[in-house]
Amino acid sequence: MQQEVLLAMLAKEPSHGYQLRARLNEALGALGEAMNAGQIYVTLGRLEKAGLVTCERAAGLADRPDRKVYALTHAGQDRVTEWLTEVDWPKPDLVEFHLKLVAAAAAGLADPISILDAQRRELLRRLREAQRAAMAEPDASAAGLLLEGAVLRLQADLRWLEACERKWAGQRRQR
Amino acid sequence: MKMYSDPDWRLRTRGLCKSYGRDEGLVRAVDEIHLEVAVGETVAVMGPSGCGKSTLLHLLGGLDRPTGGEVWLDGRRVDNLSERGLAQVRRESVGFVFQAFHLVDELTAQENVELPSLLAGCSPAIARRRATDLLDRVGLADRARHLPAGLSGGQRQRVAIARAIANDPTVVLADEPTGNLDSVATPEVLRLLEDLHASGLTIVVVTHDERIAATADRLISMRDGAFVDETRLTGGTTGALGALVGLGG
Repeated sequence: MQQEVLLAMLAKEPSHGYQLRARLNEALGALGEAMNAGQIYVTLGRLEKAGLVTCERAAGLADRPDRKVYALTHAGQDRVTEWLTEVDWPKPDLVEFHLKLVAAAAAGLADPISILDAQRRELLRRLREAQRAAMAEPDASAAGLLLEGAVLRLQADLRWLEACERKWAGQRRQR
Repeated sequence: MKMYSDPDWRLRTRGLCKSYGRDEGLVRAVDEIHLEVAVGETVAVMGPSGCGKSTLLHLLGGLDRPTGGEVWLDGRRVDNLSERGLAQVRRESVGFVFQAFHLVDELTAQENVELPSLLAGCSPAIARRRATDLLDRVGLADRARHLPAGLSGGQRQRVAIARAIANDPTVVLADEPTGNLDSVATPEVLRLLEDLHASGLTIVVVTHDERIAATADRLISMRDGAFVDETRLTGGTTGALGALVGLGG
């Protein structure tokens, strides 16, 4: 879990860990299952150590083991503001895959086409999964948009694989 | 040939071939295809333009005759039927969905969907009732009186799909069903195909839309008239969805 996401959620109000988790689940819909709950507490611990959040024990219910309330420090608030203006956009690792094909072909280690086939199979399975999850979301759900993003990126990756295949199949015919 | 009449298979081909021209000019559009489609299965065939996938679909549905091999539909060999027999198979056992919809422009949505039932000899009252149910099933009950020109692309294709299933076909054959649709209309058709699949219909779809292919149980890649790769897409989750959007890891 990216640290800044938790910081930004705490910017609304000081919260228990389980409250953060519930809010994340709501925002992520079906994808919430892919989130490791323990990760939230690990991240909160790191944020505390870095001086971005404070943690106080609250007089909560006795059967509630999680009684810590997390709140932003000034430094935490600054970090959130900074993060909201960043335009970072993580990329799939195209370079690694591309170099894998080049190296496999150059060394005669493997046929680039079968590497491509295997990769396409995997991406299609993911596409199927993302698409089904997207269609299962109610029309008004914001999480449906997130899944649509996953679907469109997979589609773009699959088209790139198609372009790779045309190129490598052409090279094979020339040899 | 008992094997080929096995009722577990809706559609089978053996050594299916279609070639054009001769000698040096010989083109093998479909080259020795063996295909088996189980009852209730959705199979997608993908490949670049000109790989022979549309020709294959036409052979499967009896729109065209093979130059070699056999086609078995529901345990019955159909490639060697008379023209009349083949026309009957197309009318009663096969539902076609085309890229360009192929609706009759002068007829309303309702009338387009009634057409197959009327051609199969149903009474007008039964055909009307059935068409009403089908339009409701594809979510277009309120568009029944519209002409195709008054419908969006996605809606037209949904009418065409309603028409394709009007006679409870043994198999639905779809040729680039989203080929003429934009990214907003595509999910409408995807959702409908998923519904038909879930209701137990057997579907063969040729496409180069990855999203349509991903609805299939099985995906076959076709190049130069032959099958070159086959993938089963069902079974188990990849667990990669979270990582894909930046969760976990």
